[in-house]
Amino acid sequence: MELLVASAIGIMTAAGLYLVLRLRTFPVILGMSLLTYAVNVFLFASGRLTIGAPPILRDDVTAYTDPLPQALVLTAIVISFGMTAVVVMIGLGAFLGSNDDHVDDQPDTSTPKSEGQT
Amino acid sequence: MSLFFIVALPFFGALLPGLMNAAGRAACAGVTFIVSLSAFLGLLTNLPAVLAGEVVLARVDWMPTLGLNFTLMLDGLGFFFALLILGIGLLIIAYARHYLSRDDNMGEFFTYLLLFQGAMVGIVLSDNILLLLIFWELTSLSSFLLIGYWKHLPAGRQGARMALAVTGMGGLAMIGGMLILGQIVGSYDLSVILQNRELIQADPLYLPALLLILLGCFTKSAQFPFHFWLPHAMAAPTPVSAYLHSATMVKAGIFLMARLWPILSGTPEWFAIVTTAGLVTMVLGAVIALFKHDLKALLAFSTVSHLGLITMLLGTGTAFGAMAAVFHILNHATFKAALFMSAGIIDHEAHTRDIRRLGGLRKLMPVTFVIATLAALSMAGIPLLNGFLSKEMMLEEATHTALFGVNWLLPVMATLGSLFSAAYCFRLIGHVFLGPVRDDYPAKPHDPGAGMWLPPGLLIVPVIVIGIAPFVAEPFVKMVTASLLGDAAEVPKAHFKIWHGFVPPLYMSMIATAGGLILLAVFTPMLRFWENTPRPEAKVIFEAIVEAAASLAQKIVLTLHNGAFTRYVAIASVAMIAAGFHAWSTGTSSLPTRSVQAASPVLIAGWAMLVAATCGLVLMHRNRFLSLILIGIVGLMVSIGFVFFSAPDLAMTQFTVEVVTIILLLLALNFLPNHTPVESTVLRRVRDTGVAIAGGLATFALAYHYLLRDAVSTPISEFHLANSYKGGGGTNVVNVILVDFRGFDTYGEIIVLGIAALLIYALTETLLDGPVRARLLNRKPDQPRAGDMHPMMMVVLTRVIMPVVLMVGFYIFLRGHNDPGGGFIAGLVVSIAVVMQYMASGFAWTSARLKYPYHGVIGAGVLIAGLTGIGSWFVGKPFLTSDFTYVRIPPFEKFELATAALFDLGVFLAVVGAVMLSLESFSRLARRAHVVDSEHPMDIDPSRDDLAPEGPDTAKGDV
Repeated sequence: MELLVASAIGIMTAAGLYLVLRLRTFPVILGMSLLTYAVNVFLFASGRLTIGAPPILRDDVTAYTDPLPQALVLTAIVISFGMTAVVVMIGLGAFLGSNDDHVDDQPDTSTPKSEGQT
Repeated sequence: MSLFFIVALPFFGALLPGLMNAAGRAACAGVTFIVSLSAFLGLLTNLPAVLAGEVVLARVDWMPTLGLNFTLMLDGLGFFFALLILGIGLLIIAYARHYLSRDDNMGEFFTYLLLFQGAMVGIVLSDNILLLLIFWELTSLSSFLLIGYWKHLPAGRQGARMALAVTGMGGLAMIGGMLILGQIVGSYDLSVILQNRELIQADPLYLPALLLILLGCFTKSAQFPFHFWLPHAMAAPTPVSAYLHSATMVKAGIFLMARLWPILSGTPEWFAIVTTAGLVTMVLGAVIALFKHDLKALLAFSTVSHLGLITMLLGTGTAFGAMAAVFHILNHATFKAALFMSAGIIDHEAHTRDIRRLGGLRKLMPVTFVIATLAALSMAGIPLLNGFLSKEMMLEEATHTALFGVNWLLPVMATLGSLFSAAYCFRLIGHVFLGPVRDDYPAKPHDPGAGMWLPPGLLIVPVIVIGIAPFVAEPFVKMVTASLLGDAAEVPKAHFKIWHGFVPPLYMSMIATAGGLILLAVFTPMLRFWENTPRPEAKVIFEAIVEAAASLAQKIVLTLHNGAFTRYVAIASVAMIAAGFHAWSTGTSSLPTRSVQAASPVLIAGWAMLVAATCGLVLMHRNRFLSLILIGIVGLMVSIGFVFFSAPDLAMTQFTVEVVTIILLLLALNFLPNHTPVESTVLRRVRDTGVAIAGGLATFALAYHYLLRDAVSTPISEFHLANSYKGGGGTNVVNVILVDFRGFDTYGEIIVLGIAALLIYALTETLLDGPVRARLLNRKPDQPRAGDMHPMMMVVLTRVIMPVVLMVGFYIFLRGHNDPGGGFIAGLVVSIAVVMQYMASGFAWTSARLKYPYHGVIGAGVLIAGLTGIGSWFVGKPFLTSDFTYVRIPPFEKFELATAALFDLGVFLAVVGAVMLSLESFSRLARRAHVVDSEHPMDIDPSRDDLAPEGPDTAKGDV
């Protein structure tokens, strides 16, 4: 079980990294989403894996899973939606403004001075 | 008045001139004057205590753990400098009111001036050296603004930048020195540090600390070799030059040397460095000043020279030298500020400061002539004026000091400096005021109104009074000297006298005066010689150094940061993997403490789907719609994983976020190309794959490693589990953590979410205002549009389902405290319900039925959450302390009321507002000019009599 979760984290990270290294905005955004999943699962798993023991207090239950990583990851999921939306908007704005969805400046369309500013 | 007010008054007062700008120039200057005057009077109320030898203290612990306390201290030395800063400040404000022209923004000027004044007063009253550093940097910044006040002048901008670079660099060095000092003593309070002379001087770090602190002092006080910035700062308006560059800011370095004199002076290192630097500066400044044609440049170099003189006196390390330094600071401040203001008057009236174009002003500007001549003669060291007295003391000190073991070196150099000093003073009088009246002045000079000549005129009063009756100043100077010396030395007994008899200093003075007159007589050939001698130009050297440093930095930075996002990501990933690998291979690792749990077939199946979807996503990412579906599968599998591993809250959140994210990406794909072309080379893809696999292996290894080991210490969640019901009144521990234990975190997070949504809104507005708007309106969609844009089935379904979904949201919200649910999830669920209406009936129809703007919803959410937190203040509890109680209203069962629920309501509203504002912004981009907004909920409505709108037909035309 641990092996499966750890390998899922690894695979999502690898896929996310590969996509983030692409040259167009859309795959980069997808890559970031994958990395978000990986990071969230990673953080969640830091509470160790427990089956069938949700952190809902019941009278006859004594063992619960660690609730703190869950609380942290819950807000992280919502915030990451906000951040994804911002990045998508920036990417969209750049595309609509220049009709080009490259994440990097293209050498033929930019002068050396404007490097790093767009 | 409390010391806090004296320091705070100029800072708070700085807000006023800008506000009063519209009320007129007199009001603007008046309010500045009143602020300064209040601080000045507040300082004077402390005079009796200071005269009685007390040290006035005011203390607030700011960050005690860092040793940073807001401690102010007023002793004789601090009082002396504060008096100069505030007193001369008053005169400068009065003078500037008449000096600035109508085109100048007076409010801006006085705001900067007051900021500067506050920072200066802060320096001289600080008891904590860290606090002193903060004020020190503030003076650098505010003087930058003041020097560059005339933004249209390139010289002003360059001068301001140079001053900031040099003094800022010195300030950085000084931070290092001060920190070392604090480390040696174990306290950052000056009053403690000053008691530890032996400890500091015996420490091996004494020399580095000394060098770093002196670097700060020398740059600020324009000592050789950092003297070059001061003349370039003269591009500032004259009131600034008179204030900053004669009386106050350049004295900050001197002040600090005087302040730390008891602990730093007296060592061979101090003597060698400080005395030499002061001496070189004094002579060099005087020589250069003689050959300057710009009146202000002449005065600037003469200031450099006199600062050198004071530094040299402090460097000798004797009590007499320190007393002479204090006396000269006082005298120099009076005559030099008067001279600068006179130069400003001449510039103002004659429209030139070039000495070669002036002359004969004696007859045209008699008042200015008298003021400037008295001040210049005092500077030259002519008897019966105050400059003479302190110069005599300096020469007296010089005759007793042997530099580098050579007895005659210091006296000779001091006499030489005095000689050139006398020469440029005589030149100033002779070439500007004496001689025949000319008829080619750029403007007809005449004396200005009393508003301009009165401030320098007032400064001449002490020049003469102290000059004739030195015993007037003696008690004050000795009081200041006593506080400067501290316990390190006794105040000298010597009395201030004009006539000491025929002693060496008198002969040296006579030589200097006579030599000065001779130099003036042979000035023309001297000038020719001077102009033919090659000299290094400081500005060129400075700019070359800056240029070299900038290009070196660019070379390093641009290789790493060339603006290419992919490069950043690659560098960051590789660096992180390498650092992790290093930690892994050098650290210690324990054996597994947890046993591997068996995997059920369901889990394996879920894992297989997740892996398949992820790999498929990578392989087929060029097809953007397909990749959206695949990432949806990944998200779903993650949600199911959360359910499986006992995290129902997370699963619900992930699931709902998944829905809105996919909608968002679909909206974006509406505009973006739906295919990613093959661009990168095979080599590059292999490289990226390598990085990706390394990163994946690293996270896999790390995750697997800790999944098999227990936490090294007890997790704090034990506390949460134990106190969730008792303290927070909820059985859903995750929700109680969110709204109660870590409520402040959550509060911050909903604010961030709100900001993100507002940012998206702002970006959309910018896009729609710019050139993109026309393109968006006339866009031809690259995909076929649906023939039935607002299908009846979907409209009916979403309408029917809306109350149900709202009810579900309400239920999830209410039960959140005890069962999976809560504000975040409820907010997402309700957002989805609203989004469905947009999807079914279109943007125009839905937004026309919208009662509250989403910004308002976000704001209301943050406000409710914040007010809930503030509410706990009223019962004397810290921010966001929660409370709960159980009530029973028949016929309902007993239920719980918790303040946390109100906080959760804030979270709920903020989430709804943020999600909706983001999605709405995206969909606003999609509106097109030739598609008429439909005011009907659906395209085909059986109950409607009129024909369907043009929408669908036009849309079909696009296909």
